[in-house]
Amino acid sequence: MATVVRSETHPDIGSYEDVNRDILKLLSRPGRGYRILLALAIAGVIALFTAWGLQIVLGIGMSGLRNPIGWGVYITTFVFWVGIAHSGTLISAILYLFRARWRQSIYRAAEAMTVFAVMTAGLFPVIHVGRPWLAYYLMPYPNQRMIWPNFRSPLVWDVFAVGTYFTVSATFFYIGMIPDLAAARDSAIVPWRKKLYSTLSLGWRGTNWEWKHFTRAYLYLAALATPLVLSVHSVVSWDFAMSLVPGWHSTVFAPYFVAGAIYSGLAMVLTLLIPIRKIFGLEAYFTTRHVEQMAKVMLLTSLIVSYAYLCEAFTAWYTFEPAEQTGGYLMFGATGEYWWSAWLMLTCNAFVPQLLWFRQVRRSIPAMFVITLFVNIGMWFERYSIIVLSLSHEYEPWMWNQYRPSLTGMIIILGSFGWFLMWFLLFLRVLPAVSVAELKEVLPPPLRRLRAGPATLRRPRGGAEEVRP
Amino acid sequence: MSARADAGMLAVFGELDATVTAIERLRALKVSDIVVFTPVPRHELDHALHEPESPVRIFTLVGGLTGAATGFALGTWTSLDWPLVTGGKPIITLPAFVIIAFELTILFGALSTVAGLLINARLPHMGLEVIYDPAFSAGKFGIYAVPQPGQGASVRQILGDAGAEEIRERPEEVRVGTV
Repeated sequence: MATVVRSETHPDIGSYEDVNRDILKLLSRPGRGYRILLALAIAGVIALFTAWGLQIVLGIGMSGLRNPIGWGVYITTFVFWVGIAHSGTLISAILYLFRARWRQSIYRAAEAMTVFAVMTAGLFPVIHVGRPWLAYYLMPYPNQRMIWPNFRSPLVWDVFAVGTYFTVSATFFYIGMIPDLAAARDSAIVPWRKKLYSTLSLGWRGTNWEWKHFTRAYLYLAALATPLVLSVHSVVSWDFAMSLVPGWHSTVFAPYFVAGAIYSGLAMVLTLLIPIRKIFGLEAYFTTRHVEQMAKVMLLTSLIVSYAYLCEAFTAWYTFEPAEQTGGYLMFGATGEYWWSAWLMLTCNAFVPQLLWFRQVRRSIPAMFVITLFVNIGMWFERYSIIVLSLSHEYEPWMWNQYRPSLTGMIIILGSFGWFLMWFLLFLRVLPAVSVAELKEVLPPPLRRLRAGPATLRRPRGGAEEVRP
Repeated sequence: MSARADAGMLAVFGELDATVTAIERLRALKVSDIVVFTPVPRHELDHALHEPESPVRIFTLVGGLTGAATGFALGTWTSLDWPLVTGGKPIITLPAFVIIAFELTILFGALSTVAGLLINARLPHMGLEVIYDPAFSAGKFGIYAVPQPGQGASVRQILGDAGAEEIRERPEEVRVGTV
């Protein structure tokens, strides 16, 4: 009788073949709930493009933007989605370099989320500029007078940062999936799937030289993606911090935005994965341990953003600069006409997540689901508070104005969730949503020796178990 | 790794340690034409094969440096192309170009890493008749070995003794159509 050795992280998975069976099964079983969700998502996409079309025809006035509030909910939502995009590469690249052994089952879905979130974010600058047919002006090339874009401008940096982030995260996502696409190819029965996976897997056979170059390339991609994650939201924050608007012109913005991005991204990963785990029966792959680990990172980043809120209020007060003091959201925001936005932000991002100090909360799936919803909402209002509050109260009191998001704007924002969800749901049905090959790395390998007696696994620090014959 | 499809034998293994034993014994017999198939990268297999370091890292380095140089060059050249003093600052403002250079370092580095992977791993490799078994992507390990003349019996013996579940020798069993 063989002795069965179980994995620490995934005690309920038996063998390598079980992984292929359980994960590739996702590609063949659309339930009723899935179809309803997909229909809702597509309805959202239709609403998005209808509202956008209306705005193009009738003009940017439909968005409710007016002087001096030139950036409203579209830029808020752009920053929100770019932030959501951060956790995917955090989980796939940074946790890979740290050899965190709980990332394997979640990273593929998180990476997909990253790619789709950047695709969603990318819509918003185009929606926001009002004349989307001129969006190619963003590209770095000289205009008809042979003048190049200004490479000292944070807005040009942002094009480079977000463009690079999309390209690199999409590449990382695809390259990491090649062995799994080969596994999907080998078990596909439906002809179009067989053809799709054959093409996408590039003829991967899992030979020793393929793996050798693959594992090295993956390591270097992770090493390149890691500083990229931290840079993208820093650059996005400099869109604000490099200007002279009171409340924006602050050195704390880069770490503040990066921590907020990771915070909101992890919350969104949990918001999506908790229902998926239930619907697709993936409890053995995505365990409470995963939820707890992510909750710990969320608690850390929550404390960092809370610190940044305090820091902003303090520096605004300390400057004795009236514009800073009224434009800074805590002084003016918490008591002024946007008090609801500032307090939503503080409640959802700073107060509610304090519950994560308790182990029972971190290990409770329903509680975590509710908390992540709070964080998602709070992080949107954080960006709203930063953008709208500061712009509506700049230096000249006679220029102060108020801003209310228009119906068109709200429909476009809600529609963007449909756009994101549509891509994510299609991904779940078409591509392997959990990494088949990498999960096997954290499972104990099948050993001939175990047929004779119990295993002696040599376990190097932090690495995978290694067996020597 | 020029394993010929007409002369070798494909052994299918169910266990990792049996595969490692077979590789080590084949190497002791000086059989150098070995291809190993595995569903998961395992260090034990790398150690048994004694393979040299992958050259992908050179691609990454060269790509990254090219990106950095391109970023600085783009900013510098476009500033000199239309020199306009702003805020009393120099025409060539390197600190501002660091951002562009950084992003292009990552972009070029990542894309050339992918190029390095595809070139070195000889991918895409499609539409060719290859040695393979679909079980290698699920849970089985495989060794394809081409014996030197006269070694056939001992190679077969090694593979069998190490614990191969199956040894295929006829070319039509070894090759699958296309993957």
